[in-house]
Amino acid sequence: MIPQSFEYTSPTTMDEALALLSSGEAKPLAGGMSLIPMMKLRLAAPEKLVDLGRIGTLNHIHAEDGGIQVGATTTHYQVESSELLRKRCPLLAETASNIGDVQVRNVGTIAGSIAHADPAADYPAALQALEAKVKIVSSSAARTISIDEFLIDTFTTALEPGEIISEFIVPVEQPGTGVSYQKCAHPASGFALVGVAVRLRIQEGKVAMARIGVTGLGPRAFRALEAERAIEGSAATAAVMREAASVVANGIPPNSDLHASAEYRAHLARVYAHRALIAASARTA
Amino acid sequence: MATTIVKTEKLVGQRIRRREDPRLITGTATYVDDIKMPGMHHACILRSPHAAARIKSIDIGPSAGRPGVVAVFTGADVEGVGPVPCGASLPGLRVPHHAILAKDRVYFVGHPVAVVVASDRYIARDALDLIDIEYEATTAVADPEKALEPGAPAVHPEWPDNIAFNYHQEGGEVDQAFASAEVVVKQRITSQRLIPSAMEGRGVVAIWNAGDKALTIYSSTQIPHLLRTLLAQMLGLGENRLRVITPEVGGGFGSKLNVYAEEALMGFVAMKIGKPVKWIESRRENFLCTIHGRGHVDYFEIAARRDGTILGLKLKLIQDLGAYHQLLTPAIPTLSVLMMPGLYKFQNVRADIVGAFTNCVPTDAYRGAGRPEATHGIERMVDILAAELKMDPAEIRLKNFVRNDDFPYATATGLSYDSGDYSAPLHKALGIVDYPKLREEQKAARAEGRLMGIGISTYGEICAFGPSPATPAGGWESATVKIEPSGMVTIMTGCSPHGQGEETTFAQIAADELGVDIDDVLVLHGDTSIVQYGIGTFGSRGTAIGGTALYFALQDLKAKIKKFGQLLLDSEDVSFSNGVCTCEKSGRSVGLAEIAGASYRAMKLPPNTEPGMVATHFWEPSNFTFPFGSHIVVSDIDRDTGVVSIRRYVAVDDCGKIINPLIVDGQVHGGVAQGLGQALYEEAVYDESGQLITGEFMDYALPKATMMPWIESSHTETPSPVNPLGVKGVGEAGTIGCSPAVVNSVVDALSPLGVRHVDMPLTPEKIWKLVQKGAQA
Repeated sequence: MIPQSFEYTSPTTMDEALALLSSGEAKPLAGGMSLIPMMKLRLAAPEKLVDLGRIGTLNHIHAEDGGIQVGATTTHYQVESSELLRKRCPLLAETASNIGDVQVRNVGTIAGSIAHADPAADYPAALQALEAKVKIVSSSAARTISIDEFLIDTFTTALEPGEIISEFIVPVEQPGTGVSYQKCAHPASGFALVGVAVRLRIQEGKVAMARIGVTGLGPRAFRALEAERAIEGSAATAAVMREAASVVANGIPPNSDLHASAEYRAHLARVYAHRALIAASARTA
Repeated sequence: MATTIVKTEKLVGQRIRRREDPRLITGTATYVDDIKMPGMHHACILRSPHAAARIKSIDIGPSAGRPGVVAVFTGADVEGVGPVPCGASLPGLRVPHHAILAKDRVYFVGHPVAVVVASDRYIARDALDLIDIEYEATTAVADPEKALEPGAPAVHPEWPDNIAFNYHQEGGEVDQAFASAEVVVKQRITSQRLIPSAMEGRGVVAIWNAGDKALTIYSSTQIPHLLRTLLAQMLGLGENRLRVITPEVGGGFGSKLNVYAEEALMGFVAMKIGKPVKWIESRRENFLCTIHGRGHVDYFEIAARRDGTILGLKLKLIQDLGAYHQLLTPAIPTLSVLMMPGLYKFQNVRADIVGAFTNCVPTDAYRGAGRPEATHGIERMVDILAAELKMDPAEIRLKNFVRNDDFPYATATGLSYDSGDYSAPLHKALGIVDYPKLREEQKAARAEGRLMGIGISTYGEICAFGPSPATPAGGWESATVKIEPSGMVTIMTGCSPHGQGEETTFAQIAADELGVDIDDVLVLHGDTSIVQYGIGTFGSRGTAIGGTALYFALQDLKAKIKKFGQLLLDSEDVSFSNGVCTCEKSGRSVGLAEIAGASYRAMKLPPNTEPGMVATHFWEPSNFTFPFGSHIVVSDIDRDTGVVSIRRYVAVDDCGKIINPLIVDGQVHGGVAQGLGQALYEEAVYDESGQLITGEFMDYALPKATMMPWIESSHTETPSPVNPLGVKGVGEAGTIGCSPAVVNSVVDALSPLGVRHVDMPLTPEKIWKLVQKGAQA
């Protein structure tokens, strides 16, 4: 459990950090909740680490232009306890409160989690359901892409060498929207065997908007479009919810491991999707 | 003469907070890794990535030349060091030679092959990657039943059948009992491999003093004196030139009741390089290389009459030993056999153990050590029998318990149960849960299709190891009590407590006996140069044996105190109580501090009395002790996911006389946590090639605080006649009582679906599949 030697720097400005990262050799370090264990097991051996923790401009939560900006190094605890998020984008706060344990939430960061792209991480389900945008910067350019474009595969993202995430943009929920994140936690790691994030908006008795993000089931978190279609435009009845939940795993090759076979995982996705739909629906009032 | 404040309140029996805790929870305790020595070097160990392989060549390559590296040793260098000892002896036991570093072959993943010593730990670790070992991997076998199949790969080529030993024990007329039985029920029951997972892993600091030819070993161990004796043999040192110091130990649970290759290896390294050396086990090494627990496959058969009277029990036990014997590896399953009848009165028992070598790390003692397996077996079998006979599980137990007037009760396995009132904790637990009402509630739940279970376990265990003839290394314990000239009291206990709270309980006993303030009592342990020889803490023996040794040392001192009191008060008619010697006739008195001072100044001495105020007692018990109790678990199963929720956990434990109820409750809580871990979450899984695939906490599910139910803990108190304190021991009770209560509860919940047995751990997927299958049937 001893990492290989590495060079460590902790710049205080973005320019400095991006310059250090520009060659692509250095690895950015945020909370270290994924990277450090991998280094200790020698599954990762970066020669240079650039710690982003002292860059104040990366740590923020504020509302702007109709969305909410969440800075890259915002910790899970900051997200779960943010008054702004709890009122205006409660799904993200609720999801953060389900991550790991108190110690992990105090240190782990939102961009650290997303950039690592663990297929069982909690945030990606919520960010998919929120249709979040990811702002990416490098020493030479900046771009903004959707979370769906960002998450490519297991441990694989759209980040190019030299690029880091600077912030996420999530929507302010409109009145009448109910949300829920329901998760079956892995008994050892606390990661999601499956986790389902749901947003529902009901207008005049009908589901005007349904967004369902699923993590843990497949190689990356995804939006369950078939399930969304099954519910949008319908009355939010128990039968409709059941129908939507039943197709949530369709078309996804389920992960399988010691703790949950593919068959069980797909089943859990349906169960937890149903629970999340019921809970979100109850909160639309 | 001075008067002392008279203390009347007794401390024994009171909920006194542990005096150990402030240092443990404020970061001021000293563990092995806190030991720093001038010039200290650091060792890292290269370990086999293969479960079975021939070592074709070892090339230490550039590792030795790397800046900061002072030495690299391989198997060929350490051939002069004796083998890792097996302390257990069984007839015909095959004992593989267990060198401290592998030379020609490796037998499990994690098998130590080489050690690098460097000026810091990072350099040592990096240098491991420079050593080039050519392995020729051979086929491994990791499953004990597969290891016993004909044609299985041989773990040790000299013993192709992989059988380390066969052990047979029998009592009564077993064939007759089974022939005459109206009902016989059979079941295969496993107790899976577990990883003890102490919070602090192992660690060693070795310091060689070339001038004195003396070696000091700091080690996180449960048995400093036994370690000294055995390490001295391995290293060819005079035992009196080896000092073992056990600083704070961050949990042992049996895993540190051992002598490990690394302990001898660090001694060897320190003697070779002439500098202090430290090795701290990584968590990965702890998973791979520290002993595991359990590893049973049990085939039970129980014979009974239709009225529920148990007539006999048969057991075929396959013990997964791993690749080697550690200190007690082959002895552990024999404890299961001893306790297989549980609390029930029947005299026909047959057990056959097959000890199977596998290409895995050895199993050995883990909290309960053989008794959880036995209890799980008998308590599951009694429930299965009750289900077969359509009897209530409480009723069948009450019908078969050993009766109060049967004690001392001789079991068919050769034990003598000391004392008991086995129905008392069961009645109490049934009362706490309001059993009849609970069964009504269950009926209603079932009518609604809900899966609710009520599980009972009534466990008995064997504790306070033990009479010396029944133990490998002596079963007594020692205590020295010194009253210093100022009246302060210093206790030196041989039992080396490491988290069980004896610094508190022993101070309570001494404070009561001597009538001193508890804060004037200091309990020392764990340093072989300070403390007289002792055995150690394991098998719930600390208070029952170590505490009794202390009690007798205190009696010797009290007699001496009285003699000095008689001298100082100039009267024969003197009594000692509450820290004061008083002469009834004259009304004069003298306090303990003054008496102690007088004993050291020795201006006058009582007849035939030495100066000073010191007593040492080595106490040999006449028998084990046999705690018992009843745990009841109420569970609910989520049909959709298979998740088991524990609604109520009621533990009624009888550990004899209770010295400190707070500590006893803590022991029950910790024990239940580990029992629950086995029942619901934990399993060390090796794949077919012998790789441990639950090799870190990301995969091995140790229960966390948030996963624990509320434990309703209470007690009955049946004193043991074996020792004058009346104590029995409680360190392992929670673990032993827990797992069958949980599994019985879950099987009870699933019984409407036709489920009769489920092996641990009761993972949600396993339960969900049973629910699916049951729903289809």
